[in-house]
Formats: sequence, structure tokens, C-alpha cells
Amino acid sequence: MKRSAKRAAIQAAVLLAVGAAAWFLVSNTLSNLEARRIASGFSFLQREAGFAIGESPIPYSAADSYLKALVVGLANTFRVSAFGIVLATLIGFAVGLGRLSPNALLRGLCAAYVELFRNTPLLVQLFFWYALITETLPPAREALQPLPGVFLSNRGIFFPLPGSVPVLQGFNFSGGAHLSPEFAALLAGLSIYTASFIAEIVRAGVLSIRRGQREAAQALGLTPAMTTRHVVLPQALRVIVPPLTGTYLDLTKNSSLAVAIGYPDLVSIANTAINQTGQAIEGIAVIMAVYLTISLSISALMNWYNARVLRR
Amino acid sequence: MRWLRERFFSSWTSALTTLVLLFVLFEALPPFIDWAFVEAIWTGPDASAACRAARGEGACWAYIGEKHRFILFGTYPYDEHWRPALAMLVLLALWGLSALRRAWRWWLAVVWGCGLAAIGGLMWGGFAGLPYVENERWGGLMLTLLLTTFGIAAAFPLAIALALGRRSTLPVVRALCIGYIELIRGVPLISLLFMASVMLPLFLPEGLSIDKLLRAQIALILFAAAYLAEVVRGGLQAIPRHQYEAADALGLGYWSRTAFVILPQALRIAVPPLVNVLVGFFKNTSLVVIIGLYDLLTSVKVGLQEPAWSGFGVEAYLFAAATYFIFCAAMSLYSRRLELASPGSSWPPARAAGS
Repeated sequence: MKRSAKRAAIQAAVLLAVGAAAWFLVSNTLSNLEARRIASGFSFLQREAGFAIGESPIPYSAADSYLKALVVGLANTFRVSAFGIVLATLIGFAVGLGRLSPNALLRGLCAAYVELFRNTPLLVQLFFWYALITETLPPAREALQPLPGVFLSNRGIFFPLPGSVPVLQGFNFSGGAHLSPEFAALLAGLSIYTASFIAEIVRAGVLSIRRGQREAAQALGLTPAMTTRHVVLPQALRVIVPPLTGTYLDLTKNSSLAVAIGYPDLVSIANTAINQTGQAIEGIAVIMAVYLTISLSISALMNWYNARVLRR
Repeated sequence: MRWLRERFFSSWTSALTTLVLLFVLFEALPPFIDWAFVEAIWTGPDASAACRAARGEGACWAYIGEKHRFILFGTYPYDEHWRPALAMLVLLALWGLSALRRAWRWWLAVVWGCGLAAIGGLMWGGFAGLPYVENERWGGLMLTLLLTTFGIAAAFPLAIALALGRRSTLPVVRALCIGYIELIRGVPLISLLFMASVMLPLFLPEGLSIDKLLRAQIALILFAAAYLAEVVRGGLQAIPRHQYEAADALGLGYWSRTAFVILPQALRIAVPPLVNVLVGFFKNTSLVVIIGLYDLLTSVKVGLQEPAWSGFGVEAYLFAAATYFIFCAAMSLYSRRLELASPGSSWPPARAAGS
């Protein structure tokens, strides 16, 4: 009885302290907002944004509302994250399996890849890729053409789509599909950086499979490649998937570094909106709410997948 | 011969891989070495013009030579550069000392306290004839190291409290700690930095203001604490139950049990993952470039805005990457060696305790 009274007292004290701190911050904020004559609330979302956005997967003009602008930013975040996740997974699995190859040269190169990209900040890598594209690639008129129809220039990457081929017109290309320098740098940076973490996860997952499994498969006459594909990987996936979820979440959160190289993702657009309207609290609340929702949904999705993998 | 065959030509596919990779390396490496070393401009009276002339042929390392003081110390007064240099040595000595397992004693905390005080004294000055330097002028690599060091040092106690709170049997405390940790881990660091730079001034009573550096540092501390807390929790979970029971049997209360039995073991187990968090945190301090603090990355970037040096971003960022790499690789290597360390006298303690 005495013990439970003590427990209740401690918890009440903690709640009181946290509540007092929160009340202190909120009351300060309210009086500051009043002193600075900043209106609070989300009504600014309906107002006209008045700024153009460099690239948008959905139709948008400067006359649209802030809400629409933020939706464009969110769509851009999803676009780069989705491509990034696919690319990072492909590179990561290739490098991770490469680190376990019997070939020492391949093993060494893959290890160098992991060490190099894991031990430098993503932001430095983003700046590097962006500088590489905008400073060292030639202008559109002298664009490099590594493959027929694919053009690399300081205006980004152009490549053909079925029924539409990029053609040089004036100082730029038209037609085909276009990756802006910002998008290309962000995609390259995110997927190459994240792949170095995925590679380590894949390697650890494969190493966790007992040697007997591989030997049994070989005794059955499977080639090493078939052994990896049909025996080792399906089992290793159970170990790989949970930490893989974490790297996907990190990639999505890291896509917010787009603001540093000018790709119009959610954070970048919210930042512009904050600067224009002064609605800092609301803008940051939007960013945090969206990322929390993404984080929780990806975790839920991955938990579901994980449960399915475990059941098999 | 046998060595070669086993490693590079053990099968048809292996031989083919070796040949393809060798071909790629022979195609890619010589032009890169030409660019980075042979044709590169290292120094010179009019280095910027020479760099322009060698554009596309050779790298412009002269940019780094020209700006090295700025990259190391930012806008700190030029004549006083010996102070951050000395402070940097003290800082590195502190890190080096903490890497020795022999030094993991209570006096290490005292050494750290004295060391940090000495660094603060050197950097700020304002006594014994040292001119006062306000912290808006701190910068460069020194600022990156300071943000990391003070960030971790302040986040660590907070992280221990959060980890203990998350494992507490008091539902209110547990819920608050889980809420904090998951909230911080669910949002990008950049949103916390924005929050610190634009919202923190609104949180404080009128008249009280804190400078940009301290605001960013607070955001970094709050961020690091959530990640460190999860690592400490991992260490706590690895402690076998009989350790708790034994402490209870000795009649220890919650606090003495935690302080003298559980935490010393849990923190030792958690050292390798703690170092990994430290590496991530060190890399993440580069994000302060977005809110305009003069850390290593900002210093490297800002110099490029001068017309004489614009367009040499590739060289500048390669240098920045190499600098970060040296620190991060050293820490990663250390963490890996700890993990592989043979179970010696008391390492790892969980195994020594027998489970």
C-alpha cells in the first residue's frame, strides 16, 4: 500500500513537472506571437502561394494555394524516396553479396565501396554529386551521349521514352524524360549512401545462415548462384527485413536534405512558406506530422511483411 | 600461383569477374590519377588562374591550400588561431584517452570536465590577456568537433535517463520517455534544426535570447539523446535478470542497484554501438550548414562563392569528404575492434557473468 502510494506520488510529480515546463513554453510562445503580431492557425494554407516550383509531378502554378504547394512538395518527396528505395536495394544487395564473393578483387572493391560511402556525411555526398553534374558536365549543346538517345549535360539527364525522344532545341532538350540536376544528385546521393548500409545488413543476414545449409544445397548439385538464390537468400531475408525497414525510413527522412541543393521536396517548400508567411510553428508542425505519419506507416507495412516472411 | 588462382580464378565465373573488373579499373584509374595528382595544381603564385587553365585536366588542390586556415577555424580572428589549434589538440587527446579501456574509470569524467573547461577558456578567452572571442566567430573543423563533443557529452546523461525511464515500471514515466524517443526518431534532424532556429526564440520569455550556435547545439543534443537512449536500452536489456535479483538480495534500492550494478555493466556492453551512434552524429553535424553555421562543410562551401574559386566544388567536396572520412573511419575501426575483442578479463561482462 505504501509502495503504490509512493509510485503514484512519483508519477504525479513527473507529470506536474512536464506539464509546468509545457505551460511555460506555450505561454511564452503565445505572448511572443502576440507581441510580434503573428496570427496563428492554419488558415494561411488557403492563401495564394505566389512562388513557382521547379519540378512538379502534378500540375501546379504560382497562383495555387500553399496547401497545393505543400502537396507538390510531398509528391516530390515520395517520388525521390520511392526511386531511391528501389535503387538503394538493388545496389545494396549487389554490393552485400559481392562482399561474400569467392573472388578477392570483387570482395575488396565492395568492401571499399561500403567503407567509403558509409563514413562520409550524406550532405557532403549530395553537394559532391550536384557539383559534379552542374560544374563538370558540358552544356546541353555539347551533351555527352553514353548510350544512343541518352544525354548527360549540366541541365540534367535526358533519356528516351517510348514514342518520345529528346531533341536538342536551342539551349536545351525537349521530349523524352528528364531528370533535373537536383533530382539526379539527390537520387544518386540517397541511393548510393543508403546502399552502403543495406550492403552490411545483407552481408550480416547471409552470414547468419548456417554453413550446413549451403553444403546441403551443394550436395544436391545446385550451383553456387542457385544456392544463394533458392536456399540462402530466402532464409537470410528473415534476418534482413527488420533492419532493412530502418534504412528505408532513414532514406525517406534523409530526402529532406533536398533543401540544401534546391530540390523542391516537402521540407524545402515548407521552408519557403515559413519564410514568406512567418508561420514557423505551423510549417514545422506540418513537416513533423507528415514524417511521423510516413515513419509509422512504413513501420506498420514492414511489420506486416515481416510477419508474412516469418510465417513461411 | 596457387594463391592467385584461389583468390581470382577459382572458377569460370570468378575468372571472368576478375578480368572485367581489371578492365574497368585500367580504364578508370589512370585518368583519375592523372586528374587528381599528375596534372593537379597544388600551389603557385596565381593558383586560381592556373586552376582555370587546367580545368578538366587537373584538380585544383590549391583551393584547399589557399583556404586551409578558414576551413580549420572559420572566421576566428586570424592572429588568435593558435588558440583553437591548441583546443583542438586537447579535444583529440580527450577522445584518444577515452578510447583506452584502462581509462574507463570514474576519474575519466573529471578529466573530461577539466578538458572541456580548458577548451572553453581557450576558445572564449577574455582573461589573462586573451582577447574575448564571441562564439559567432567560431568555425571550421573546430566547430564540427565542438558540436560533436559537447553534443554527445550533454546528450549522454539525458539518454541514460530516457533509457531508464523507458524501462521503468511506472506507466506515466514510461509513456513519456517512449513518446519522446519515438517522436524524435520519427522526424528528420533538419526539422529539429529549423525548429531550434525559428521556434526556440518564441519559446523563451521576452528579453531572453540565445545565440544561433547554442540553439543548433540544443537541437543536436535533443536529437542525439533519443538515438543514444535506444543504444543504452539495448545495453540494459542485455543484463541478465539474476544481476537484478542479486542486487535486490543485497538489499540495494532502485538507485544504488542501477548506479553500482546495472549501469556499469550495461554501458560497457553498449560501447561499440555507442561509437556507431557517435559516427552518425559526427556526420549529422554537417547539417548545420542549412541553418548557416560555419562548420567544416560550410567553410568549404563558402569559399567557393568567391568569383576566383567558383566552379571548383568537386575538389572542395572531395576534400571535405576525405576529412570526415578520416574521423569516421577511425571511429568505425575502433568500434569493430572492440566488438571483436577477445573475452578478456571483464569483456564482455555479460559473458563473464555467465548466462
